[in-house]
This record gives sequence, structure tokens and C-alpha cells, in this order.
Amino acid sequence: MSQTVLILGAASDIGIAIAEKFAANAFDIQLAARKSDRLSSLQSDLKIKYNINCTIHEFDATDFSSHLTFWNILPVKPAITISVIGYMNDNEKVIKSQEETLKTINSNYTGLVSILNIIGEDYAKQQSGVIAGISSVAGLRGRQSNYIYGSAKAGFIAYLSGLRNRLFHHKVHVLTVLPGFVYTKMTEDLNLPKLLTAQPVDVADTVYKGILKKKNKIYVKWFWRWIMMIITNIPEFIFKRKKL
Amino acid sequence: MKKDIGNWGNYPVIESDESAFTFTGEFQNYIKQTGAFIPRGNGRCYGDASLAINTISTLKYNRIISFDTENGILECEAGLTLDKILRVIVPKGWFLPVTPGTKFITVGGAVASDVHGKNHHIDGAFSAHVLEMDVINAQGEIITCSPEINNDLFWATCGGMGLTGMISRIKFDLKKVETSYIKQKQVKARNLDEIIRLFDEYKHYTYSVAWIDCLKKGSQFGRSILILGEHAKTEDLSNHKQNVPLKLPKEKKINFPFNLPSFVLNKWTIRIFNFFYYHKNFKKEINNVVSYEPFFYPLDAILHWNRGYGKKGFIQYQFVLPLESKQGLVEILNRISNKGLGSFLAVLKVFGKQDNLISFPMEGFTLAMDFPVRKGLFEFLDELDQIVLQYGGRLYMSKDARMKPEVLQSGYPHLPEFKRILEKYNPENKFRSLQSERLDLLVK
Repeated sequence: MSQTVLILGAASDIGIAIAEKFAANAFDIQLAARKSDRLSSLQSDLKIKYNINCTIHEFDATDFSSHLTFWNILPVKPAITISVIGYMNDNEKVIKSQEETLKTINSNYTGLVSILNIIGEDYAKQQSGVIAGISSVAGLRGRQSNYIYGSAKAGFIAYLSGLRNRLFHHKVHVLTVLPGFVYTKMTEDLNLPKLLTAQPVDVADTVYKGILKKKNKIYVKWFWRWIMMIITNIPEFIFKRKKL
Repeated sequence: MKKDIGNWGNYPVIESDESAFTFTGEFQNYIKQTGAFIPRGNGRCYGDASLAINTISTLKYNRIISFDTENGILECEAGLTLDKILRVIVPKGWFLPVTPGTKFITVGGAVASDVHGKNHHIDGAFSAHVLEMDVINAQGEIITCSPEINNDLFWATCGGMGLTGMISRIKFDLKKVETSYIKQKQVKARNLDEIIRLFDEYKHYTYSVAWIDCLKKGSQFGRSILILGEHAKTEDLSNHKQNVPLKLPKEKKINFPFNLPSFVLNKWTIRIFNFFYYHKNFKKEINNVVSYEPFFYPLDAILHWNRGYGKKGFIQYQFVLPLESKQGLVEILNRISNKGLGSFLAVLKVFGKQDNLISFPMEGFTLAMDFPVRKGLFEFLDELDQIVLQYGGRLYMSKDARMKPEVLQSGYPHLPEFKRILEKYNPENKFRSLQSERLDLLVK
């Protein structure tokens, strides 16, 4: 029997790329997202191209009270859960609006903790499962240009690290994925440096390899590890003066 | 995001604010928030048809909605490219009903240009195989059209260069094949008269096209190689190929890494190329079985081959002349060889009957040639336009970047009706390209 992968945030560019990657490798796919009826053509596409099972599920990370039911009514419990959910708006707008601030934190952190707690406990009970979370290098050090988003991503990195520690003893694998710049809807209006920017398929390939090889923490594009090593090691008294 | 974009000919290149969308709802929001714009597929038309100040890419809107493997019917979103379709349908024993010389075009583009292939004389253009499609108009409404329902919209959209609205969903029929191979025949022709005679002699072949040397003068004027093909049957294959008759070709690609300086292509280098191209076929006739890839898409093996024409870009000039106007073909080829403006790849084909509202093909000879952009080229092409019109022909809008609006008007007799339909579906010129401005296709 083929294994099932649940993708939380399946309507995003990275979510679609991951769905395609796993479907191409004969996994069954569960696509979960807000306004999930828009995913019907993606569902038919994956079924036709890869001859797999694919289902659609309504999921809103910020609707906390729906999470337990979401998990309980899934017709098949997935062997692999991948969270791709992320939300980024212009930092200036976010700081000035409490609503935007909470949306940023809830979409990038609180909502994911809420659902992954439920899934993690189930995986612990059955003594198997894989959880992969897509965080961001932005979570490795807060910068003035996007620290609300960055701090939520930082929280998610710490959460995944703790979850990995706890679930390791229950034979559950937890993977933290740290992409740098990626060409997606979220970054459409940013002028990204071409050499440093990955495509959604690069993220999908990295996630796939990371799960296969049971990695703990992986960067998308190797050089980001070194870039971030430099950035995280700049002394605070210098860092705070920079406009980053 | 604002960036410089051009199409395959790299002429013209303009700054455009390019967006993208993944779902229908996102496109409908875009319409509300944006002024005039044009949808854009893979940028494989040659000129300015999919260029505008605002463009929206369909490339992420690329899913297969249904595939009836029994009856050979595919339904998909507009941004899906033919290369991806082939990888799905060929292993199931189906092929594209019509394909142009590149597989890197979207289905939306195939409809908007009403593309033709080597089988036009047998199977017609792409529009002949479209069963139904959805077009999203300037108000964001989805209108379904077919030859039966909303047929004015249907016929104005086939070949309508994206001006009637955004083609969103297309349902079209496929061609049944036993193998993924082509039984190919190549016949050399010493001159123009012989190649025209050969086209007629082999007109029962499903696929036919000729490479023609447009620099040769005298008795070898118009020497060519006629390339014919049929989908191979299982028994045509060698034993070893019979094991996997529907095998997909490997995706190996060479990239043309940079723009060649424009002086590299001149009449001398082209003469040398043509000499070798013609004489590589020692025998008068060659018969073999090849994969569909080299037969239909020889140039796709070299990604970015358009860079060979240099930074200034090139114009692909493609016209069609009625069958009785062979003399026009002679005149045009004479002008080109006298001018020494040769083209590496000059392609000659005989179209079958077609009389659509705004599609390019009509019964007759079609010739396509590449010319690097240089001083004096546009004046020269204006002269050729006059010969084309004088003999009752027309130019292909998907290749065009420079013709005058009068040339379009004289070549396309149904143009007034096309404009009336645009008034109905695109009254405020919401769908608007550099080409529609240049060719005077705006609704007043």
C-alpha cells in the first residue's frame, strides 16, 4: 500500500511543488488549505499524471478550534505531514496593525503549533510518522525589515527542535526546513537576488531528500547555511546599527 | 514585478509589470485591480503579441482537469505547455492533434495563435480540434464557448491573439497512435518547381514540410529537402523498440549560453550552412524511423537557440500565398537571394483549406524565414509585404513585430467582423497588447 502525505498549505507555490514531487514518487496526497475548493484542478492533475489517490481538505491554521476535528475526520491518517503554511506582509504595515501582527504570528507559529501538537501526539502513540515544517532563515536572527514574521518563524524553529527531541523517543522523525529566498506569490513584489533565490521545486526536492535521509535541519541551497552563520555571528552592537 | 521582457525573437523588448496567478479567483481579482493588460504564456510567439505594460503569466495555471483515455479527449488550464502534455498522453497511446515546431508553448497560446503543424493539409489548425473552452472577459465572468455555443466568441478567440479575453480552460481531442515513433522520409528537390511537384505527389502523407535554401540562384533556385512522416505502427519498429513502443524520449538539452555577436550570421556563413545541410543527405531519398522529438521539435534540443541571432533580436517572417500564386513565391525568393538576406531555417509548407474568422492559415504556400534585426530590414520587409498582398496572401500575427495595420487589413478579409466581436467582448480594450495597438485593433 502506498504511503500518504498530508500537505498543510497546499495552495501555496511551495505546497504545490511538494505535492507534485511526492505524487511523482507514488505517494498518495492529501491537500489541505483554506478555500480548498480551488484545489480541484490540482487534485485531478496529480491523479491523472501520477495515477495516485489525492483528496482535498479544508484547513485554516488560524481557526484553532477546528484543528482537532480536521485531524479526526481525515479518512486516512497520513504517514507524513508537511506544513508549508506561511504568511508575510510588509513589516511596516504589520507593526501598525494589531490584526496583521496577530495574523502573522498565528499563521507562522501559533496555528502550526496547535495542529502539530495534535498530529505529534497521534504519531507518538502509534510509534511512527514524519513531520516536516517549513520555517525560514528569517527566523535565525531578527532584522528590522521583517522581525514580526522572523520572530514567528524563530518560534516555529524552536518548536520543531523541541518536538524532534520529544518524538525521537517515539520513533517519529521531525524535519526543520530552512529556505532562504524563494520565488513565490509571497515574494512576488520583492526584487530578489537571482543567484541566491531558489525555485519552489528546489524546496520540494530538499524536503523530499531530507525526509528520505532522515535529516534534522536542512537549508534550501547549501550557501544559506554559510550566509546565516555569518549573519548570526555579527556582534549585536554592530548588528543593531545596520539597516537590515 | 517590473522587468524587461521580450518574446522569442527578442524584438521588441519592453519593460512590463508582470504578475502571475495560480487559481481562477486570483485572476479575477487581478482584472479588477489592473488597467489594460495582456495574458502571457511561455513567450514563444516571436514579436509583440504577448507584450504590454501590464502582463499576467499563465504558466502557474497549468493543471490537467480531465483525460479521457478511451476517446482521447484532454481538458486543461491554459498555461499547460505541450511538452508536459506529451509526457502524459504519449505513454497512453495518444498524440497532439496539431503541433507547431516547438513543444514549449502553452495550450492557451496554441488557441490564441491558432497554431498549425506539418499536418495542416490533412488535419487543419489547432482550432479544428478544440471542442470547448472558457474565456474570462473584462468583467471577470467565465464564458463557455464552442463551435455551437457563443460561437462568435469561439471563432474570434481562435487566432484572436488574446484580445477577446483570457482563455482559461480548453478541451480538445487527441490523435490515436500505436507508437511514439515517426516513419520518416526525406526527399531532395533540386529546385523550386521540383519541390512544389513533390508536395503534390506526397500530399497523402500526414506530415510534410520542406527546408528550403533561399540563397541559391540559377538552376538550383529553391533547392530543398522535403521531410515527410507518418506515425509508425508497431510492426515498423525494430524488435528492440517494439518492447516499449510508446517510449518517451529522454529529456536531454543543450543550452545556448549567450547571445552570439550579430555579425556571425551573414550570407557567407548561411551559404556554408545551407551547403552542408543540403549535402548531408547523400541520397535522393532517405527512409528511417525516428522518435517524435527530433521529427517535430529539432530545435527544442537547443534551449535558447534564439540567442544565435544576437542581442538585437530577429524577425521571423511568415506569409501564406494562395496555391495559384507560385509566381509570388518566386518573386519573394528572388528578392531575398538578390538582397543576400538568407535565413538558416527557411521552411516551406503547403496548407490545406481553412477559412476561419481571424486565423492565419488558408490554402496555399506558406514560407517562414528568420532575419536578424539590422538596418534596412524593415524597409525590405515592407517591400515583401506588398508582394504578399499583391498575390492575395497574408502574414502570421504570431510571428509579426513590425507589419503596418494596412497590411493586416488587406490580408484578413473578415477583420471588420473580428473587430465587431471585440467590441462586444472587450469594449474597453482591457485586453490590450503592444501588437493590438500597433495593428489598430483597439475598439474605439
